[in-house]
Amino acid sequence: MKREKIIAAVLMVLALSALSSLAIITAFIFKEGLPIVAKVGIGRFIFSSDWYPLEGEFGIFPMIVGSLAVTAGAMVIGVTLGLGCAVLLTQFCPPRMVAVIKPSIELLAGIPSVVYGFIGVVILVPLIRDTLGGPGLSVLAASIVLGVMILPTVTSISIDALRAVPRAYREGSIALGATEWQTTHMVVLKAARSGIVAAVILGMGRAIGETMAVIMVAGNTLELPHSILDPVRTLTSNIALEMGYAAGDHRQALFATGVVLFVVIMALNMLALTVSRRRTRRGRA
Amino acid sequence: MRIPPAVSQRLAVVAMWTATAVTMGILLFIIAYVLAQGLPYLTWEFLSASPRSMGREGGVLPMIVGTLWVAGLAVLVSGPVGVATAIYLTEYTREGRLTSAIRFGADCLAGIPSIIFGLFGFVFFVITLGLGFSILSGALTLAIMVLPTVIRTSEEAIRAVPPAYRDVSYALGSTRWQMVTRVVLRSALPGIGTGIVLAVGRSISETAALMLTAGSALGLPRSVFQSSRTLALHFYILAREGLSMEKAYATASALIIAILVINLAAYWLMRRFVAKVG
Repeated sequence: MKREKIIAAVLMVLALSALSSLAIITAFIFKEGLPIVAKVGIGRFIFSSDWYPLEGEFGIFPMIVGSLAVTAGAMVIGVTLGLGCAVLLTQFCPPRMVAVIKPSIELLAGIPSVVYGFIGVVILVPLIRDTLGGPGLSVLAASIVLGVMILPTVTSISIDALRAVPRAYREGSIALGATEWQTTHMVVLKAARSGIVAAVILGMGRAIGETMAVIMVAGNTLELPHSILDPVRTLTSNIALEMGYAAGDHRQALFATGVVLFVVIMALNMLALTVSRRRTRRGRA
Repeated sequence: MRIPPAVSQRLAVVAMWTATAVTMGILLFIIAYVLAQGLPYLTWEFLSASPRSMGREGGVLPMIVGTLWVAGLAVLVSGPVGVATAIYLTEYTREGRLTSAIRFGADCLAGIPSIIFGLFGFVFFVITLGLGFSILSGALTLAIMVLPTVIRTSEEAIRAVPPAYRDVSYALGSTRWQMVTRVVLRSALPGIGTGIVLAVGRSISETAALMLTAGSALGLPRSVFQSSRTLALHFYILAREGLSMEKAYATASALIIAILVINLAAYWLMRRFVAKVG
């Protein structure tokens, strides 16, 4: 009996490691990043467009705009394609084809982000440059690459949400004479709404947080973009590009960039968790 | 004007098939393109030689060794911890504040971008713990990063084991730990294996976090305290600095093949698990 108690205690300590890792990560990122924000002033750090690390000017506004721009573009592509796949696979597709298509979409999630970035550089960037003009390395290129990268996240979480809708809802609607599509968008999609919202939010988090692929296709300039054909630098690329040689205040400013990113991601995580928790509570009632 | 239901049904189905076809097309294109460009250069010599002149010549042996070290160590750490967490959550406690806190931690960890893990690994393992840019720093960073994957898949696998197995085991007089190790874990093993295999896949694909923790040394690593460049990072450097397109494509093919094999293995394990537990 004593042995069982020890085992239970050890398991509990190990089980706490995810939570304690989260706490340590939060503590270290903030500890490294906050002093420079305090020194520069939070308003100037976030709303200034001057990023001259060597002269002590740290304003990340263009990168915030850059991250938002590529994320918005990625959402348009990733959600359209991802939701299309999810609805098709759960409502219209014969099981045989689901068995082929679903693992393929999961495979898409396994492809390294550097490979996505590379395909973007060799195929997409020249294509945009030649057909639409501009440098090619652009918000548009980054949006397309990111959209494809977040698609598996959006699809698999939406599939879970769609599958959780009770069969009776669907059957009842069909019995009332609705077509399959009417049933899908009036009944099934409505019932799965909160799960799909959670899928979209988590996809958004993925897009904001992606680094390597974006560095390769976004162009990384420090100016505010005026069109989707302009190059941008995102928060993540800023960290990865300059971390290699940064020291002192500069390095702290990169950690502070990380703090901003971290806060945004945690807010999105919380939002997704609350949305999906509300669904399970309602589902149980 | 209202669109008749039969027409809207047709339009919707066509739109969704288009979305799916585009998605599948992108997947097939990426794989086919990389393999077509890279396979001709993916020779035995490429896999078994060390790089010369920054990777313009020679092969990728040190990167393969480095990747295996980093991914292997990461899974060696996150595997036991993740499975222990899953066992604790499913077999040793009731749902309550503690379990929701643990799940909250795992869910948040899963959403944190790899560059943040990189920053953390850099300041914590590389600098604070003094491990330097090394395989160990990189592997420990990755271990935290893949932990949520291991926890979630293991928990699902353990929950899928029928409750009757547990009752029978208790009826035969076993303790909780005996029941867990001899009955539950044995049945859940292929499912847990799926999670571990997926964690290996994520470790192999990772770049941003390793760039800031494992460094980018080109030599063959002799110990885990040395810096080593992984395949994915090597590919990034080759492509971005335009060192050699041939070598970049060959490295990308090696990565894609590794990922294909890993996903197939995960898929096969999952099917075995479903067949076993049903």
